[in-house]
Amino acid sequence: MHRRVRPALAAATATALAVGVGGCAGWGGGPTGGGPDTINVLMVNNPQMVDLQQLTAEHFTAETGISVNYTVLPENDVRDKISQEFSSQAGQYDVATLSNFEIPIYARSEWIAPLDDYVAADAEFDQDDVLGPLTASLSGDDGRLYGEPFYGESSFLMYRADVLDAAGIQMPANPTWQEVADIAAEVDGAQPGMAGICLRGQPGWGQLFAPLTTVVNTFGGTWFTEDWEPGVDSPEFREATQFYVDLVREHGEVGAPQAGFTECLNNVVQSNAAMWYDATSAAGSLEAADSPVKGKMGYVAAPVVETDSSGWLYAWSWSIQQASAKKDAAWEFISWASSREYEELVGEELGWSKVPAGKRASTYENPDYLAEASAFAEPTLAAIESADPNDAGVQPRPAPGIQFIGIPEFPDLATQVSQDVSSAIAGRTTVDEALERGQQLAEDVAERYRERESK
Amino acid sequence: MSSVTDVAPVPATRTPEGTPRRPRKPRSGALLGLLAWLIGFLFVVPVLWMVLTSFHSEEDAATNPPSLFAPLTTEGYQSFFGVGAGTSPWPALANSLTASVVSTIIVLLLAIPAAYALSIKPVRKWTDVMFFFLSTRMLPIVAGLLPIYLFAQWSGLLDNIWLLIVLYTAMNLPIAVWMMRSFLAEVPVEILEAASMDGAGLLLTLRSVVAPIVLPGIAATSLICFIFSWNELLLARTLTGTVAGTAPVYLTGFVTSQGLFLAQVCAASFVVSLPVLIAGFAAQDKLVQGLSLGAVK
Repeated sequence: MHRRVRPALAAATATALAVGVGGCAGWGGGPTGGGPDTINVLMVNNPQMVDLQQLTAEHFTAETGISVNYTVLPENDVRDKISQEFSSQAGQYDVATLSNFEIPIYARSEWIAPLDDYVAADAEFDQDDVLGPLTASLSGDDGRLYGEPFYGESSFLMYRADVLDAAGIQMPANPTWQEVADIAAEVDGAQPGMAGICLRGQPGWGQLFAPLTTVVNTFGGTWFTEDWEPGVDSPEFREATQFYVDLVREHGEVGAPQAGFTECLNNVVQSNAAMWYDATSAAGSLEAADSPVKGKMGYVAAPVVETDSSGWLYAWSWSIQQASAKKDAAWEFISWASSREYEELVGEELGWSKVPAGKRASTYENPDYLAEASAFAEPTLAAIESADPNDAGVQPRPAPGIQFIGIPEFPDLATQVSQDVSSAIAGRTTVDEALERGQQLAEDVAERYRERESK
Repeated sequence: MSSVTDVAPVPATRTPEGTPRRPRKPRSGALLGLLAWLIGFLFVVPVLWMVLTSFHSEEDAATNPPSLFAPLTTEGYQSFFGVGAGTSPWPALANSLTASVVSTIIVLLLAIPAAYALSIKPVRKWTDVMFFFLSTRMLPIVAGLLPIYLFAQWSGLLDNIWLLIVLYTAMNLPIAVWMMRSFLAEVPVEILEAASMDGAGLLLTLRSVVAPIVLPGIAATSLICFIFSWNELLLARTLTGTVAGTAPVYLTGFVTSQGLFLAQVCAASFVVSLPVLIAGFAAQDKLVQGLSLGAVK
């Protein structure tokens, strides 16, 4: 009895399930979901993107009839999801936020669509207004343009002008790292709980190794030489890392091994650090209306040793997936979000300190923006314009990039090495040990490229 | 395989003779009570901390040392509910509810008959069957993620809530079968024999004899399945997009690498955990009975 009933029951349940699934397959919508006038945008959750979400319905959809579905994720998750989505060309998203790190790599794999034709046909967009280093770093090996910046940044040194004044210290306009270390020693403890300097110590290629790679560059080191020899245990790389680790251990913030951009921002806002070497985009938060350190900060170029400049170059940018069926609508969105008009819209609606700046020359001629951002506008523009991803250190490199090396293996490699360097900041290992292991990891990567090039 | 019943998540609180334990002396009882309260408190503290932080402003939430007595505000909740920000958590919450409730119902529909066939009228080699069920849980989900993604892309099921329902059903089914088997195994054979002697058929026995005994067990099982589906992040994050995103995916969207987010995330976490809390409280009586099933015999 049982034997006969059971298969029948199982079959019935299976059928019910299949009908349920099949009957409702349209619910979620596939790659073509959402209708012809809807585009899907996958983006990182940074404050500028939150502002964008707020302004889209009223100022973009109402005018163009194109509605935008946003998926917002934290940085690491969004990178995972974008690489998964774009490598399989799933076509779920028409537009995604990529950085100048991914864009040349994705362009090589033909995962993203070239934008030259759209730019040429869109007179209002004015590509010439976009800062030169950004246009260059968002182009592929084939010289075509694959991304439009939403906001760009370099790195510079931020310091508490009031604290330095009180201590009788003059910040040079182009400080060297040794001068910065000396100042950090002097202002360490200038106020109760105030560290001399805040530097990132949190593991991650985009955390610790963003500032540290620029320090390595200016100390004369490099991850790889032009002919793919790893340089992680070279004397210059060691010296730079030792300097960075010593500086943050002796005069850095509390909890340095876990401190990233956000933690340092908190430290500076709460007067727990007198100086901070980080992204130029941080200045907007420091000078925001509700910031306790507004008007107390000074900004100078990224500290150097052997190079003339050492600021990095980074831009969250829009790219269109090659598999997207709605490229025209996608460009219309990009053309709006990266436009001068959008910057002015943010300035008028939300305040000029929230403008997604650092990408257009015209931003730095806008009197409204300059009135709000006078403290850091000029140093930011100078830092971005002096950044050259194709000449970042003292020697030729095999791939472009300043705070990164533009190869797909870099995030894994630098993240692994950063864990050991972060341990060195915590005092659990030494810089030499950390970099010896880093050298082996870098050698694995370099070997693959040497083999590929010898073929 | 003879230890199957021992492994099942029913605390074996019966004494070997089946008699209730004698009451302990009052002093050690008070001590134990205090300990239980202390441990309970330790478990609740992070939740209370989260709720408190969710009512602070971002700046106060980020201070170190923490500012316990900072002024309260609902900013975090306003940003979660998208007041003036052009966003809304409701589609994500609705997706989560659909995926959790539907998959839990399907799991129960499949697990109860399976468990019946493994306990009250056990099939041959039922211990092996139990083990096979469990073995599907031995592969880490992340190992199957890429094939599932590619399959979903190929079949056009990406960003479709039904894919999550099927996956959550598959994910919870083994646990539900194990739990339901141990609950059904508690139904005394004597009662079943008595029922059949009185002429009760299968359906009547199920309805009037088995159901009342295992109802708390069903409540416990559904709550566990609901919680697991509600909180699932890995599959949801990978397989959904703009349409079928669930609440946990929406919640992670508040984490940013540039700027403060602690209060927002706490507010979001609190709202997202509310349905589970409510379901837990609603099922509390049944749950306690379910989890201590057998102790009252």
